[in-house]
Amino acid sequence: MSATRVAVLRFPGTLDHESAATAVRAVGGDPFFTHHTDTELPDDTHAVVIPGGFSYGDHLRPGALASRTPIMNAVKRHAAGGGRVLGICNGFQILCESAMLPGVLRPNASLSFICRQGDLEVADAGTPWTGGRVVGERLSVPFKHHDGAWFGDPGESRVVLRYRGENPNGSVDKIAGISNLAGNVMGLMPHPEEACDPLLGSVDGRTLFAALLA
Amino acid sequence: MGESGKPLYQELGLLEAEYERVVSLMGRTPTDPELVMFSLMWSEHCSYKHSKPLLKGFPTTGARVVMGPGENAGAVDVGDGLAIVFKVESHNHPSAVEPFEGAATGVGGIVRDIIAVGAKPIALLDSLRFGPLTSQRSRFLFRRAVNGIGNYGNCIGIPNVGGEVQFDDRYEDACLVNAMCVGIVRHDRILSCAAKGIGNRLVLIGNRTGRDGIGGASVLASAEMGDDDADKRPSVQVGDPFTERKLIDLCLAMSEAGLLVALQDLGAAGLTSAASEMASRGGVGLAIDLDRVPLREEGLAPGEVLVSESQERMLAIVEPGTLAAVVDMAARYELDATDIGEVTDTGELEALWRGEEVVRIPSLYLTDDVPFADVPQNPAPAPSPIDLADVAEPDDLAVAWLSLMGDPNVASKRWIFEQYDQLVGAGTIRRPGGDAGVVRIPGTDRAIAVTLDCAEWHCELDPRAGGQASVCEAARNVACTGALPIAATDCLNFANPEKGHTGWRLVQSIAGMAEALTAIDAPIVSGNVSLYNESPRGPIFPTPVVGIVGLLEDASKSVGSAFHRHGDQILLIGYGEPRIDASRYLGRCEGLPPAPDLAREAALITLLVSAADKGLLASAHDVSEGGFAVALAESCINGGIGADVTIPKGRRADEAMFGEGSARVIVSCRPDDVAAVQGLAGSSITVQVIGEVAGDGVMITIAGSTTQVAVADLARVWEGAIPQALEA
Repeated sequence: MSATRVAVLRFPGTLDHESAATAVRAVGGDPFFTHHTDTELPDDTHAVVIPGGFSYGDHLRPGALASRTPIMNAVKRHAAGGGRVLGICNGFQILCESAMLPGVLRPNASLSFICRQGDLEVADAGTPWTGGRVVGERLSVPFKHHDGAWFGDPGESRVVLRYRGENPNGSVDKIAGISNLAGNVMGLMPHPEEACDPLLGSVDGRTLFAALLA
Repeated sequence: MGESGKPLYQELGLLEAEYERVVSLMGRTPTDPELVMFSLMWSEHCSYKHSKPLLKGFPTTGARVVMGPGENAGAVDVGDGLAIVFKVESHNHPSAVEPFEGAATGVGGIVRDIIAVGAKPIALLDSLRFGPLTSQRSRFLFRRAVNGIGNYGNCIGIPNVGGEVQFDDRYEDACLVNAMCVGIVRHDRILSCAAKGIGNRLVLIGNRTGRDGIGGASVLASAEMGDDDADKRPSVQVGDPFTERKLIDLCLAMSEAGLLVALQDLGAAGLTSAASEMASRGGVGLAIDLDRVPLREEGLAPGEVLVSESQERMLAIVEPGTLAAVVDMAARYELDATDIGEVTDTGELEALWRGEEVVRIPSLYLTDDVPFADVPQNPAPAPSPIDLADVAEPDDLAVAWLSLMGDPNVASKRWIFEQYDQLVGAGTIRRPGGDAGVVRIPGTDRAIAVTLDCAEWHCELDPRAGGQASVCEAARNVACTGALPIAATDCLNFANPEKGHTGWRLVQSIAGMAEALTAIDAPIVSGNVSLYNESPRGPIFPTPVVGIVGLLEDASKSVGSAFHRHGDQILLIGYGEPRIDASRYLGRCEGLPPAPDLAREAALITLLVSAADKGLLASAHDVSEGGFAVALAESCINGGIGADVTIPKGRRADEAMFGEGSARVIVSCRPDDVAAVQGLAGSSITVQVIGEVAGDGVMITIAGSTTQVAVADLARVWEGAIPQALEA
């Protein structure tokens, strides 16, 4: 049987598509890139990753322009049918701008871009995204963003991951990542694709990519 | 006549003798656009008229050199048919006038040099010099330049893996912003800028052309800084990193599809410089129809179109049959690609404007016929070594130690590098904050280590030894990660070479750098010169910034600077005695630091690379600014663990702890591996076992007397210094 096909969305200004594809391959998936003018996902698309970067140069608001592209309508249909979608950093911003996840990402409290290795902890072990990990378990995943402070009503989502220790950006309830109530759409600011190679210091990010294939 | 009533050539910055040479070469009076082109191409910034003859002293060949100086960037072989492409470049003057855009477009420019060679950028570094952070203006320049580098670099998705910064009065009105980019390319995909193929099309790709940056190279970069700097702000370019990212993706895709005959970026002097370089290199002519250049605004004069420094533009030569494919591919990346002319057999640069010929210049006149200027060589008197009796000994070494850790020149640079994306691309194995950044070579098990360094105080006092020391420190930093230095790039930041001792220091520094590069077998493959870094307050220090690239055959064997385990043995490896002369501890550029011993430097590098390859090293960290005690503290802070060592007193305890000017590396390893490390050292290198990794304090014992500070206390001062200085 051929490997599970995972769409990696690519917009002008997307930066992390190759790293995300490498991470998908590392857990046994078969990644492919889409183009922003595409209107459909291929029929055999099992899951979707919206990687990080600065789609459309963050013009207007981070994620705002990408959320209005034709390919995002296809992603919404994919999610409505129960398909899994993982949005990372700018991908999380795009999911919020598309209203596929609640809330918004505001500029960091420091008003500065921040790049740091950080500890996350599992806040809800009931979604697919944390594998077999239990509540409170620690993941080491880097985060790097300028607009990463999630703001909204946590009750409208499932809070999957929180920052452990100091809150780097001033998000509500130290939220690092949330899923929709159904659990099939996940967005997070930290970068699991940069925590899939032992030489980079951590392989904890593989948990999230493995969830795409289930 | 120009608007000021002076002749146009004078307004444009040409000397009378240079103007006369233009007229004599051309055999007629040049048109205004032609004169504008000569003024820029013959500026120091574009022509290197003061420095080019001096650069011949650098070693530029070697077994690994695939492409030496002269192209957009140099390339060295790293195996598997792959080459690493890299270059460092200055953007000093624009950054002094408008630090955010100046620094940002400095990054944009060096990145386009790398993509012009067909390479994919994989790392950025930056070397910065500002006035002291006690000055409000320097705080503003520093903060905004770092923001500019971060904003641009983050948005284009190239990891920033290292760099350096120093603060000194000499840079108060003449700051330095140097950026280095490293890329990777297959040998058979390396692009040249040489135009070829008569009848091939000249295609302008990327941004539209506007009025920004007009005269940047001659107005800003080839004159000293002065009171009217604010008036020069329109000469600073404005960057658009989103367009740059699309340009990177497009150029790589076009190169991969084999659509490009030649590629060149548009930097200083814009279309003029790009077109004349391409024509001269290829031995052909280029005919440009200026009416076809897509403009951002109406009403540009032909001379303005020819020299605009609008950013994010590339010039390509493509075959007529592939033109449609090139334009289609650009549209897919939402960029313009416009056919603006063709390759001719005349050797001349021609430009049409509204159907009339406004320019016809043999391109070699612009690129090769600049009158070279002699650099006056006026040696500075040799300084005397510091007499220790003139320097008061501190009452409390622990207090002196903490005070040194809190000097912004010594302190942690976290405030800077946390604003940079260090990780994009998922290849950064060693992040900023160590001796050198280490990045995996994509698709292989190998890695490169990269660093930028300069010993400017040493260059001021003894420029030949200082040039050597700049190279040796960079090479040692790379070797500390376990990588073998294989090639180098340089950015020669100097003051006005026609004044004082600057010309002599320039010549001497280059000679010293060349000697050291030869000794460690790291040829120069690319470089940049920035002169006139001077203001009414005086000249900057001679600042020849050296970038070294090293190769790790096994990426998993890279070594960091942090201590790892309790019980590991700490070794001091190297040669020479620490000296207080021109040290951060002395705090003044005075005295005579010892000159490097190049044979021993090479032996030390070999030892470090070999020990790392055998997996013997838990950590390695070069002793540099702040001396032994600071380097030891850094290994402890980075590892969150203490150390207990005993070192010889030498002439005095404070000099033993804080002296500089010798080549020494602090290494830690398992007790079982000590003998193996010692066995690697030849007779010229000393390996001393000085203590072990232990506890949560740093203890240094000298002549039976112990100085001890908690790691947490050292860390608090060291990490807090720059953020606190910026809050002032």
